[in-house]
Amino acid sequence: MYHTIRIGGHSLAQGTFLRSLDDGRIEIDAGHARLSGHPVTPLHPSDAGRLRGALRKTLTGAYLRSGILTAVAAIGLTLTGTATLKAQDNVAILNVSYDPTREFYREYNTLFNAWWAAQGNAPVAVQQSHGGAGAQARAVIDGLPATVVTLALSADIDTISERTGLLPADWQTRLPHNSSPYTSTIVFLVREGNPRGIQDWDDLVADGVQVITPNPKTSGGARWNFLAAWAYAGRNGLDPAQFVGTLYRNVPVLDTGARGSTTTFTQRGVGDVLLAWENEAFLALASLGEDKFDIVVPSVSILAESPVALVDGNITSDAQRAAAEAYLQHLYSPEAQALATRHYYRAWDTSQAAAEDIARFPELELVTIADFGGWPVVQTEYFGEGGIFDQIYEE
Amino acid sequence: MRAGILRSPSPLPGFGLSFGIMMTVLSIVVLLPIGALLGRGLMIGPADLWDMVNSRRIWSALTLSFRAALIASLFNLVFGLLLAWVLVRYRFWGRRFVDAAVDLPFALPTAVAGIALTALYAPNGVFGQALAPFGLQVAYTEVGIWVALVFIGLPFVVRTVQPVIEELEPDLEEVSATLGARRTHTLRRVILPTLTPALLTGFALALARSVGEYGSVIFIAGNIPNLTEIAPLLIVIRLEEYNYDAAAAIGIAMLVVSFAMLLAINAIQVWSRRRIGNV
Repeated sequence: MYHTIRIGGHSLAQGTFLRSLDDGRIEIDAGHARLSGHPVTPLHPSDAGRLRGALRKTLTGAYLRSGILTAVAAIGLTLTGTATLKAQDNVAILNVSYDPTREFYREYNTLFNAWWAAQGNAPVAVQQSHGGAGAQARAVIDGLPATVVTLALSADIDTISERTGLLPADWQTRLPHNSSPYTSTIVFLVREGNPRGIQDWDDLVADGVQVITPNPKTSGGARWNFLAAWAYAGRNGLDPAQFVGTLYRNVPVLDTGARGSTTTFTQRGVGDVLLAWENEAFLALASLGEDKFDIVVPSVSILAESPVALVDGNITSDAQRAAAEAYLQHLYSPEAQALATRHYYRAWDTSQAAAEDIARFPELELVTIADFGGWPVVQTEYFGEGGIFDQIYEE
Repeated sequence: MRAGILRSPSPLPGFGLSFGIMMTVLSIVVLLPIGALLGRGLMIGPADLWDMVNSRRIWSALTLSFRAALIASLFNLVFGLLLAWVLVRYRFWGRRFVDAAVDLPFALPTAVAGIALTALYAPNGVFGQALAPFGLQVAYTEVGIWVALVFIGLPFVVRTVQPVIEELEPDLEEVSATLGARRTHTLRRVILPTLTPALLTGFALALARSVGEYGSVIFIAGNIPNLTEIAPLLIVIRLEEYNYDAAAAIGIAMLVVSFAMLLAINAIQVWSRRRIGNV
């Protein structure tokens, strides 16, 4: 007997009944994990029941907790409630991702669907949502019904897990390589011929050099930039806080997302050097002409893992779960890994990748987030309110 | 008296029904969201609210937002009056086109406006290149914020002043001239006093709109803390940190200042009405 429960305010999960808890909640077996929450309806949830539940929650003031935002979220919930119900006939999954993956996932969705159909399955409608990773994570927390999230940092997905319980805390162990099917690193994009002679991180703190990077508060990519600069200073006997502070004083425009910074540097002609994801830098070269920009690889950078995860609490049917799990696992297949390599990501399995795609990636020393103590530590210490980044601008 | 609150104050029928609908809609659309914001503020408490707002970065952002809105709205006050005057008083080829174009800032998504203005004023843009030899940079400075706010605020002044100019009798100006007044005198003593209430309304609307503007400004401002970071962006940043309390605190601070400013403008309006009579 299947039961439907409500988890974390915004989402439902289905599974077989295990036991009743003292506080009125029940525990169910949702296939891969045990989840607990308040039962929505005794048996099958009907359209009306689900909408009524959403409406009742809105009216009883349970939503007043987060004030104005939840009013918006509640409306979103009511709308998405109807949307997912309609979609149950043919399976649909919503992939909530960050900015630079647009091109990759557009092609991957086609690749996956072809493979999925070849396995004898009905085609899956994959919807994409892109934006700054932090904003995307917040949208999921506020009720965007993501089936899978493919974000810029594990911290973003950690926050979703912590705040909503939509996925278990150990989500990162569920797929190989820390759930990161592809990785990237941070490199410099400079104007053709490198007129300022920028070779390494210490050239960025020179007087008059203009550095373009997004705001680490709003952009996941910017946090990797920040940490890579920090790592360089640490390894070269410089005071990291001072070094990074000087670097940010050379930043004339602090965009809210990685794509915004790329536009500012490439289209608006502002700045001498752009701190960019390696894949964004290659993409800029490919789409805007190799004769306009050069890539400079610094002596040390950071291994930027961009993890993916299934959002268990938002799964509405077994068919959807199967499709979504396959969607993520297939990212590790040789074809998908070759595709990621072609889209300038550093993938793990290069067996089917073209030789010229592999040859693009130079060897360089990469520090990892573990060297900083992991995202939970880094997030509060470096980028939290009043943290190291805030102190740069408080002086 | 108390029983009389809902009794029809006028012999016109339908007061109860229309008042009820009006209050319901107003509550859902306006009062509820603002009430939720203030309610959150009450839960936080005034002392904590003050602590969250009282930092150099937030003060810079708030001053910047209100200063830029004030400058842009003052510019719109003058330029919008001129535009409305030309549109009403002169007949020229393409007048209808200009008239329609005034509403474009209402219709255009603000992000589109911001990106278009940035492309024009960036160092490699058409205007940016023309201004560069004079050492002027518009995009990614505070001036860029002014430009964006002028763009979005202009229709408010034009559209509130235009109908009043249409109602203005040219006879009055002619009488003033035959009585020996110079043109500037007529403008100052006859035309402007009649237009003042409408001008103030337009100014207040443009100001209110500019203070909270986010979409177009973030593209053209450099978003550098303490320099070109507007208060609405700080709210978004606080939300990114899941710090809903601090976001609400900045929101409440903006609400309070805006309310005080609108109240002051209303007071001036009442005073000017009293001085020149109701027009």
